[in-house]
Amino acid sequence: MNNSFIIQSSSHLKEKESVPKIMYAVIISLLPASFASVYFFRLKAVILLLACVAASLLTEALFLWLSKKPFHSLWDGSAIITGTLLAMTLPPSLPLGLAIIGAVVAIGIGKQVFGGLGYNIFNPALVGRAFLQTAFPVAMTSWAAPALAKVNTATLATPLGNLKFQEAIAQGTLTPLKDLFWGNIGGCLGETSSIALILGGLYLLYRRTIDWRIPLGILLSLSIFTGIFWLANPEKYASPLFHLLAGGLMIGAFFMATDMVTSPIAPSGAWIYALGIGLVVGLIRLFGGFPEGVMYSILFMNAFVPLLNKYTRPRILGERRKR
Amino acid sequence: MKLKTFPRGIHPPEFKELTDEKPLESMPPPEKVFIPLLQHFGSPAESLVSKGDDVYLGQKIGEGKTLFSASVHSSVSGKVLGVDNFSHPGGNLVPTVSIANDGQDRFFPEKKEIKDPLSLSPEEIRQIVREAGVVGLGGAAFPTAVKLSPPKDKPIDTIIINGCECEPMLTSDYRLMLEHPEDILKGAEIVRQATGAERIIVGIEDNKMKAFKTLEKLAENSSTEISLVKTKYPQGAEKNLIFALLRREVPRGGLPFDVGVVVQNVGTAKAIWDAVSCSTPLYQRTITVSGSGIKEPKNILVRIGTPFKNAVEFCGGLTDGVDLLVMGGPMMGIAQWSLDVPVIKGTSGILAWTSTSPPLEHACIRCSRCIAHCPMGLVPTQLVKYVKYENLAEAENWGILDCVECGCCQYICPSKIPLVHWLRLGKSKIIALKRKKSA
Repeated sequence: MNNSFIIQSSSHLKEKESVPKIMYAVIISLLPASFASVYFFRLKAVILLLACVAASLLTEALFLWLSKKPFHSLWDGSAIITGTLLAMTLPPSLPLGLAIIGAVVAIGIGKQVFGGLGYNIFNPALVGRAFLQTAFPVAMTSWAAPALAKVNTATLATPLGNLKFQEAIAQGTLTPLKDLFWGNIGGCLGETSSIALILGGLYLLYRRTIDWRIPLGILLSLSIFTGIFWLANPEKYASPLFHLLAGGLMIGAFFMATDMVTSPIAPSGAWIYALGIGLVVGLIRLFGGFPEGVMYSILFMNAFVPLLNKYTRPRILGERRKR
Repeated sequence: MKLKTFPRGIHPPEFKELTDEKPLESMPPPEKVFIPLLQHFGSPAESLVSKGDDVYLGQKIGEGKTLFSASVHSSVSGKVLGVDNFSHPGGNLVPTVSIANDGQDRFFPEKKEIKDPLSLSPEEIRQIVREAGVVGLGGAAFPTAVKLSPPKDKPIDTIIINGCECEPMLTSDYRLMLEHPEDILKGAEIVRQATGAERIIVGIEDNKMKAFKTLEKLAENSSTEISLVKTKYPQGAEKNLIFALLRREVPRGGLPFDVGVVVQNVGTAKAIWDAVSCSTPLYQRTITVSGSGIKEPKNILVRIGTPFKNAVEFCGGLTDGVDLLVMGGPMMGIAQWSLDVPVIKGTSGILAWTSTSPPLEHACIRCSRCIAHCPMGLVPTQLVKYVKYENLAEAENWGILDCVECGCCQYICPSKIPLVHWLRLGKSKIIALKRKKSA
């Protein structure tokens, strides 16, 4: 018997789950929404998705090379997710160059300058989108109609824009819930079809990839907040169901707020974070200057995550409860 | 009925089918044994023999002088070859008595007169257990006499006999429960006598139904409770088992004494009974030799000091390509670099298998799975960051010293970060600093 043995710290068993497996599960969960975006926006969607993913990967590779990090992390899937998520939050008619700029900012400034995967404070895809929104406000709010819609105007409003600026409820032009659910509406590439996003989200919940508290908390707090106003004055305020299905709420609740790196690590922190996001979305949509507030509310609550992590340490077994 | 359990924890694959139907087999003592004078944490025993001495089986060869050390006994009869530093499965060199076996198994002649064990006083029990060198056989090898000496201001009401064997692959406790259930229950009775407790609860995971039924039948007309607990790792960790069975939380930094409990492993209970009923010192123990790297996995009764090499050969040897050799269970066991180390009192198993190539380590993505599964309620990822950046004060504030190194976090980590390694490093640094301060 002349063996040489490996010396390592226990435990000697490891679960099969790995970072790439988690990331590729997220990519799979984004497939229904990606197909929906291609179905509704055709070639525009294909081009935007491919451009954002390619630009994200190239930027990631560049930074890995510059910081002399191992290249295996290029294929951990995280850059593909950032690219896909960014594309999904862009208007279908956005010029290709701007989308690429967005992806470079998302990976470069949103993720890599903080130290790469695991170290960023803000959701990278949303950093990219926030940059585009600020730098190119007009391009970012020009909406193309889905390929199947009967109307086809270049400046079609989103359901939320309609609600905020066109007095849709009084005019009786509020987008029907059915269209919000299936996705046959104007809006960002991957945000329109609620059903596709919910399917992907359920897969991630089933796989226990994402923390169920976060989507549930967001949906709950937005429902309660908008529900109170709707009950008080249905003539002026849209129903909670409308708010849940419209805009970026579903993609935000299932795919962006649940980003592990930028959400709290302890269960109680996750609740505070999720309830906060729902509340801020409601505040912006009902009383803010923008029709939509998912992006800013997630970025806003991302900023509180280090603080939440610090003050929501779980109770250690045998630790006395504070009186 | 909902099974008793503790919050969080993990469900690793069990691999117990390799050996759970294999009866305990007595391994013939080897030609040479190597008995370390230190087999647990604490101070080493002082050698009572020197080169050339003739020793009997069961003769005390090392005297545990301090409270936290235990005496050691010869596991064969024969001639002492020397007292030298020798490789220890803990990883360092330890003063070790090597003995050439004469094959006679001559038992120590001055056998003491044995009283009826049930008439012994607590002090007499402690004395016998200390003399017999009994330590916890679950793995940590804590001197048992200490556990039988609760401080006066901490009355003990419950004895827990730990039959969980929650580590994957290990089955020797299971076999003990099937083959020597009377000894275990009698040992438990002795523990109760020594500590003045009222209740005895035997906790068994529900993947060992046969053992549960055997013990339950045996305990039918006694006050001993046999309690089924959920199969979950680490159900057999002392603090978690106390919580599962009694809903009591051992305070941070405290001992089971603080909540009126003494926990003993089933193997220890049997060793206590052997010591008080026929004054047999602890010179042998049961271990599981298993894993895909062992040709004929077995549960064996083996003499302390038997080199791993002999034990593995007794089980058919290693298969080709084995690159991982572990003493203990796969979750908490210690990786070995050589087969030339002896079985010690804390050896619960010898495992060998071929590891898959070491997985690539990724950055922590703060998935918080380590938090969701830590049986102690800690935040492993944050603790490890504090250790990496040398912020030991914060690591201590966040409870690093409460870590029991069970390995749940490392098992579950998708980034394959050696979390337990960092936690151990942090703990030892903090303890070293404290020693310096108090010195």
